Amino acid sequence: MENVIELQHVQKSFDGFQLKDFSVTVKKGFVTGFIGGNGVGKSTTIKLIMNLLQPDSGTISIFGLNYKEHEKEIKQRIGFVFDENIFYENVTLAEMKGIIKPAYLNWDDNLFNHYVQTFELPLNKKIKAFSKGMMMKASLTIALSHHAELIIMDEPTSGLDPIFRRELLDILHDLMQDGDKTIFFSTHITTDLDRIADYITFIHNGEHIFTKEFYKVEEEYAIVKGGMELLDGDTEQEFIAIRKSVHGFVALTDNKTRIENIFGETVLIEKPTLEDIMFYTKKGSEKHV
Amino acid sequence: MQILISNSSKEPIYGQIYVQIKKLILTGELQEGQLLPSMRQLAKDLEISVITTKRAYEELEKNGFIYSIVGKGSFVSEQNMEMMKERKMKVIEEKLFVAIQNGKEMGLSLAELKEMLTLLYTEDE
Repeated sequence: MENVIELQHVQKSFDGFQLKDFSVTVKKGFVTGFIGGNGVGKSTTIKLIMNLLQPDSGTISIFGLNYKEHEKEIKQRIGFVFDENIFYENVTLAEMKGIIKPAYLNWDDNLFNHYVQTFELPLNKKIKAFSKGMMMKASLTIALSHHAELIIMDEPTSGLDPIFRRELLDILHDLMQDGDKTIFFSTHITTDLDRIADYITFIHNGEHIFTKEFYKVEEEYAIVKGGMELLDGDTEQEFIAIRKSVHGFVALTDNKTRIENIFGETVLIEKPTLEDIMFYTKKGSEKHV
Repeated sequence: MQILISNSSKEPIYGQIYVQIKKLILTGELQEGQLLPSMRQLAKDLEISVITTKRAYEELEKNGFIYSIVGKGSFVSEQNMEMMKERKMKVIEEKLFVAIQNGKEMGLSLAELKEMLTLLYTEDE
């Protein structure tokens, strides 16, 4: 399968934060959910992908092209979607279109009108009067109107009400129908991903933990519950992190089959949520520091 | 094509789709040569990710229930019903044999086993 985004051994350091030997690929025609807590490097990664930041070392290629020689071409093919207002506030959507349109070779007025109608966006209302949901739709409309092949969204669902979040996921499903578009979006509302994400990329403390098919995450990881008597120096090593209490322990493993072989029927094994995986991975990495 | 997905089931979602489409094929509700919805359409209809329907279709293809033609879609394969039935019967026989062995180990009579079977069979209906 073709990779739309490829980061190879990317390093980027700031005061007190570092993206370490970060390699990740995003597959064409699929939705990749980018998860991780606050301040672990999600926005930095997105900025690197958008060329708003440059890596200290390592390579970044988008559509198989590098920014040094092909910046213009790459940017024509990317649509960036956000719910913050980066438009001029005192103009209408119709005026905004006039400003943005000349920047794109593939601008399509018919498509623009189509989405304005579908999303029921007001063309002649000042953008500062838009709600977050409308802003998101306007931003998506702009991205789609220049035939963006790669749509990048930074926390698109935070700040949206549950009904609009469902609507947005429906819109994204529609976009994925032809198989030519690729969506990469960061989020910490992990339940939204159940419905749409094909791949999950998990980042923690500037490190790439995994990129996997969603169903594989559920096949490999498991929440394990059992009595404290089962834990000793050896068995504790089998887990990423363990939460102990007087009533027993709850732990996360990334090797479900192995745990089943070791503990058999003595423990309860459950399907983890992405939140479980994020929580225990953070807990596990604190332990090792 | 009716497919119902349970989010609380232990069975992974692609497995649920696999089992249900397989059943539709084996019961003849989906006929040989019939076009299945595209992976992407099915994903949208069921509100699940494309990779999940892709995995289900891949499993169906691997086990000979459907075949795909690039650019055209996925179709129901010709099913050799007799052979399929025979294979299934064999699996059932083997499982029953294990149950009988277990029963014998603890001295259950044929009548007792039959009674158990009847009870379980009717309970499931």
